[in-house]
Amino acid sequence: MLHVKNLHASVAGNEILRGVDLDVGRGEIHAIMGPNGSGKSTLAQVLAGREAYEVTAGEVTYNGKELLPMAPEERSREGIFLAFQYPVEIPGVSNTYFLKAALNSIRKHRGEEEYDAADFLALLKERMKLVDLDPALLNRPVNEGFSGGEKKRNEIFQMAVLQPTLAILDETDSGLDIDALRIVADGVNRLRDPERSVIVVTHYQRLLNYIVPDVVHVLVEGRIVRSGGRELALELEEKGYDWLREGAVVGK
Amino acid sequence: MNRVSGIPRTPAEQVEWYVGHFKSFEKRLNGEASSDVHTLRRRALDRFSGLGFPGTRDEEWRYTNVSPFVSIPYEPVSEPGGRRVDGGGSPATKFLEGIAVRGLPGYRLVFLDGHFAPDLSRLPENGAHVRTLSGVISASEGVNGDLMGYLGRGAEKDRENPFTALNTAFLREGACIHLPENFHSDEPVYLLFHSTHRPEPHCSHPRNLIVAGPGSSVPIIEEYSGPGNQPYFTNSVTEIFAGRGSRVELDRFQHEGENAFHVSSLYITQEADSAVTVNSVSYGSAMARHNITAVLAGEEAECTLNGLTLTTGTQHIDNHTVIDHATPNCASHELYKAILEGSSRGVFNGKIFVRRDAQKTDAKQTNKALLLSDDATIDTKPQLEIFADDVRCTHGATVGQLDEEQIFYLRSRGLGPEDARDLLTNAFASDVLNRIHLEPLREHLQAILHVLLCKGRILAENE
Ligand SMILES: Nc1ncnc2c1ncn2[C@@H]1O[C@H](COP(=O)(O)OP(=O)(O)O)[C@@H](O)[C@H]1O
Ligand SMILES: [Mg+2]
Repeated sequence: MLHVKNLHASVAGNEILRGVDLDVGRGEIHAIMGPNGSGKSTLAQVLAGREAYEVTAGEVTYNGKELLPMAPEERSREGIFLAFQYPVEIPGVSNTYFLKAALNSIRKHRGEEEYDAADFLALLKERMKLVDLDPALLNRPVNEGFSGGEKKRNEIFQMAVLQPTLAILDETDSGLDIDALRIVADGVNRLRDPERSVIVVTHYQRLLNYIVPDVVHVLVEGRIVRSGGRELALELEEKGYDWLREGAVVGK
Repeated sequence: MNRVSGIPRTPAEQVEWYVGHFKSFEKRLNGEASSDVHTLRRRALDRFSGLGFPGTRDEEWRYTNVSPFVSIPYEPVSEPGGRRVDGGGSPATKFLEGIAVRGLPGYRLVFLDGHFAPDLSRLPENGAHVRTLSGVISASEGVNGDLMGYLGRGAEKDRENPFTALNTAFLREGACIHLPENFHSDEPVYLLFHSTHRPEPHCSHPRNLIVAGPGSSVPIIEEYSGPGNQPYFTNSVTEIFAGRGSRVELDRFQHEGENAFHVSSLYITQEADSAVTVNSVSYGSAMARHNITAVLAGEEAECTLNGLTLTTGTQHIDNHTVIDHATPNCASHELYKAILEGSSRGVFNGKIFVRRDAQKTDAKQTNKALLLSDDATIDTKPQLEIFADDVRCTHGATVGQLDEEQIFYLRSRGLGPEDARDLLTNAFASDVLNRIHLEPLREHLQAILHVLLCKGRILAENE
């Protein structure tokens, strides 16, 4: 459902992605691992349509459509969801209001009826249980004053409400203690669906004990240098990333 | 009639223009011309004549050039203008529906072109605590005599603002609210100053006196509105005396017509333990200057000034506030926000004095501007003059555009770019609007500003 071919992207004149190839099938879970600064977030943001990153070469198709010409909101309406590494605070806009506006704009795009207030609230209550989110956070401004863990849970909660077909989770595990990590991973697992693909971006393999990927990719210096099964993650845990860097002697 | 004809171009002609108004005003006063009130007026006229209108070389008016406006030959209005009413029903009710906030309980005083409109107003039966100022002046004996003692006590301390002097010279009509000791009401007193459509440019000088007795509390609304496409000038002065332990919330909003010139000056005097909150929302007129001066004259007094301005096109709105901490243990909180579009201009000048004896003062001032276009500008100037040593005073000012990361976050959740910007702009404004306690008024303003913000954007995009 997602095909990335030779993707190059730069920011402020620096090339960050230097030819990424990636194929994600329907219902699959892919993990992208890599050292800090290797371009994982850049890839995630480019897929979500962040204009600050300039795509200089390559193509991306999603569900048979060309993705790169689409505006961020079109991608979202077509079912792409990015859980941000650093969720943005939006003072003055309540979580509930925000999610209702988001969900209704997606439903409208699909020709579905918009939710009324009562039905929407019932939906929120049900989906909140998935990530054990404190109901008090619903009426608070989006992410404002949330703890690191609450922000991450809120991202997965949004995913649960918006029901994307491709979810990209950018370091959703970072900053979570083991209990919170379990809750978040459980939430993601319960959202598994044969129609829903997930890209899990992570620095550590810890999360992959809970969200078990079908394929693991290693991104180093803007390129996917290796792909494999879940055992690749364990290997990385053991050996680190240095052996995969450009110019390193690759051997087993 | 002894009036300058033509256009008052020079400073001397501008002064003469209003001196001419004063002479005809005086003739219609009959016996009142020998009263104490009239002495106050005459002195103010002299002061105005000496000061003249300000130029941009006056430090207080550096960013606000009033000269194109004060050279317009505004005429005084001896009879209120006609009421335009569409459709059937009682003309007065229909007219009111077109200009007033709906769903507000409590008393209402409506002034058209500076004249009281009894048929549009709703006053208490006994007439005790809410009256017209002209009514109080014409019966100024006994209790009223005490009340009259307050008149000018706050405004007369300001020796430098010619607009205040001009207002005092023509002081006659407006609202007089006098709350007896421990009087309490949740229902607002709603003051509506509306200018009507007239053939010639016109002016009015509304004057309000609010005296809150010890322990009393009431919400008050002041609204200024008028027709578009026509120049007119509103020059209002309001004085508030907040007695010991009283609580006053004043919500003011200014949405004069697009060619109007609006000056408002509010003088607040607070006694011990009193709490005064002023929420000012300003989005009308071609040029507006709002002055607020608060003197914290008794310990443990608390003053809160919140402001929101919204400007577009070539509009210019200037907020000048002065908070004078004259006694120890007082608190003041200021939050002023501005949203600017087009090539509009904003000014915020916030002075805070902390006198030598005013130890344990807690003063906080915040000013935030959101620039929605490249040509909009704001001049911000905090001025803290602190003569006491054991105080907490903070101020902060930010000027910026909408945050790109916030816009992207919203768009990544399916919101279109316009919706994302609207949501963020409304959120910026709601921070101030949410401080208005009167629900019907808050909702009224939220709805209006929502439309204005969206409309402004569409206009900007089509340019
Ligand atoms: N907005 C930006 N401006 C400048 N440099 C950036 C920006 N975003 C990312 N980078 C740089 O791009 C590289 C990759 O960053 P990122 O994609 O965040 O890596 P990762 O998520 O793998 O840690 C880093 O060197 C980072 O400094
Ligand atoms: Mg990252």
